[in-house]
Amino acid sequence: MTILPAVSVRAAALGTVLFFAALCAASLSVGVSDLSTVDGTEALDTLLISRLPRTLAVILVGAGLAIAGLIMQTLARNRFVDPGIGGTEQSAAFGILLATLVWPAASILEKMVVATLTALAGTAAFLLLVRRLPPTQPYLMPLFGLIYGGVISAGVTFIAWQMDLLQYLDIWMNGDFSGVLRGRYELLWLAALLVALAWWFADALTIASLGKDASLGLGLDYERMVQAGLAAVALLSAMTVVVVGMIPFVGLIVPNLVSRLRGDNLRGSLPWVALGGAGLTLGCDVLGRLLRYPYEIPIGTILGTVGAALALWLLAERHERG
Amino acid sequence: MIEIEGVSLSHRGTPILHEVSLALPKGELTALIGPNGAGKSSLLSVVARLQPLQSGSVAVDGLPVDRTPSRELARMLTIMRQDTGFAGRLTVRELVGFGRFPHSRGRLTDEDRERIDEALALFDLTALAGRDLGTLSGGQRQRAFVAMAFCQGTDYLLLDEPLNNLDMMYARQMMRLLRKVVDRRGRTVVIVLHDINYAAAYADRIVAMKDGRIVAHGPPNDVLTVGRLEQLYGYRMQVHRIDGRTMIRHHD
Repeated sequence: MTILPAVSVRAAALGTVLFFAALCAASLSVGVSDLSTVDGTEALDTLLISRLPRTLAVILVGAGLAIAGLIMQTLARNRFVDPGIGGTEQSAAFGILLATLVWPAASILEKMVVATLTALAGTAAFLLLVRRLPPTQPYLMPLFGLIYGGVISAGVTFIAWQMDLLQYLDIWMNGDFSGVLRGRYELLWLAALLVALAWWFADALTIASLGKDASLGLGLDYERMVQAGLAAVALLSAMTVVVVGMIPFVGLIVPNLVSRLRGDNLRGSLPWVALGGAGLTLGCDVLGRLLRYPYEIPIGTILGTVGAALALWLLAERHERG
Repeated sequence: MIEIEGVSLSHRGTPILHEVSLALPKGELTALIGPNGAGKSSLLSVVARLQPLQSGSVAVDGLPVDRTPSRELARMLTIMRQDTGFAGRLTVRELVGFGRFPHSRGRLTDEDRERIDEALALFDLTALAGRDLGTLSGGQRQRAFVAMAFCQGTDYLLLDEPLNNLDMMYARQMMRLLRKVVDRRGRTVVIVLHDINYAAAYADRIVAMKDGRIVAHGPPNDVLTVGRLEQLYGYRMQVHRIDGRTMIRHHD
């Protein structure tokens, strides 16, 4: 396939930015309390304490997960993995469960540290295991990842069931932004830092996608790149699971879509991956707030549905192109 | 000068290289020949520090490859491995531009851009510069990867089977280009070749390998003899001299 002509790319870019701005406005205005009917200070309070933090949290999580997916795809050299497929998020959930069990008084930050460590271990094990898969069979890796994540998730469920913590578990397993308020999401700003870092190292990441030999030949310390990338993926996933719970598919779909439109030179395309992740997540969050208004459908459910459809389309399209 | 001293290599108990020692002078085109599994690619990998050194030593211009910072080596020596299997959405120009990474760390300067244009022109890729690698033929992609290695601007170019996928016209053009790179620019090219006639026609020096050892080493006419070739490949070939050139008939 050829990259789309410049004019339509520019139009698509402008469209994306405008659409994103509209989504932000929608996210700030949609909610149970109608901002136009309450008086000024109350409206401002609602905006600052609830709506704005929620919108920011969605943007940070969406951008962070899309970048985590991109990094993971680069490290695994396979377009069909992301932190949800490959056990990262499930391992993070295991970490939170562990922290809750052995250290009940742990703060959210401390839980995140534990979750990051287990996510790191889970993802590193995944990447080690998939090295044995034949590179000629790209679909084996996501298949293996789904089973791998499923096994971890089953283990987590079993322990939670034994310890009578199943209700808690649901909070981490199905992402939901409805609990986000000022003071409860600020940890997520770390995602902005990591996205910026990823952009700083965009050229090195693109070279890493050419493989270990090409990276070494160009003087890149490949092992250190892999370690840094793993750490970023684990951190991004862990903070998401700790603050809002698992969110599927963003890391899988967005890098694939952007690759089609903007190519794989990450210096140019990485900002679009971040923006696309934020846009998709925000769109699904607003949808979840509107569909059963004034009730909410958790974003994990919405993205599970929308994401599955998009992922199937991506797979079918790729198959057609051979 | 590339100095290889007593290099042995094994992979999971299988020996690949046995006590290989070799000195390759600067400014020459050296061809590595030998049957499949002789250890030619492994030797290139060790010299280019893609494989960690298990025993022995390798030095490029006096710098040991296992102790010199990788970034510094990347400005002295480049390696192109056999098809990397990458078919992502990078344009030819972007790929060739990554050859400049050791110099500019991704922030291309005007000089970098000039070098990229030069490499594209040299390898007949200017018209393909904006094309996606995934849309190219195997031969075009091969040329793009060699152009990237050239664009790295190093004194030493190690190329693992750069004639893969090339038709006769482009294979000849590639060898002539490499010859030019050596003669006019004083670069050093070490290349793995399967077609011994290309080695006979273009190399200054041939290193013949078998079973992880160097069997013969010297100018083409000394190495490409009936006896040596039979020892290497296990069957008799006819070695002819036509117009003062060595031609090997290796098929019936």
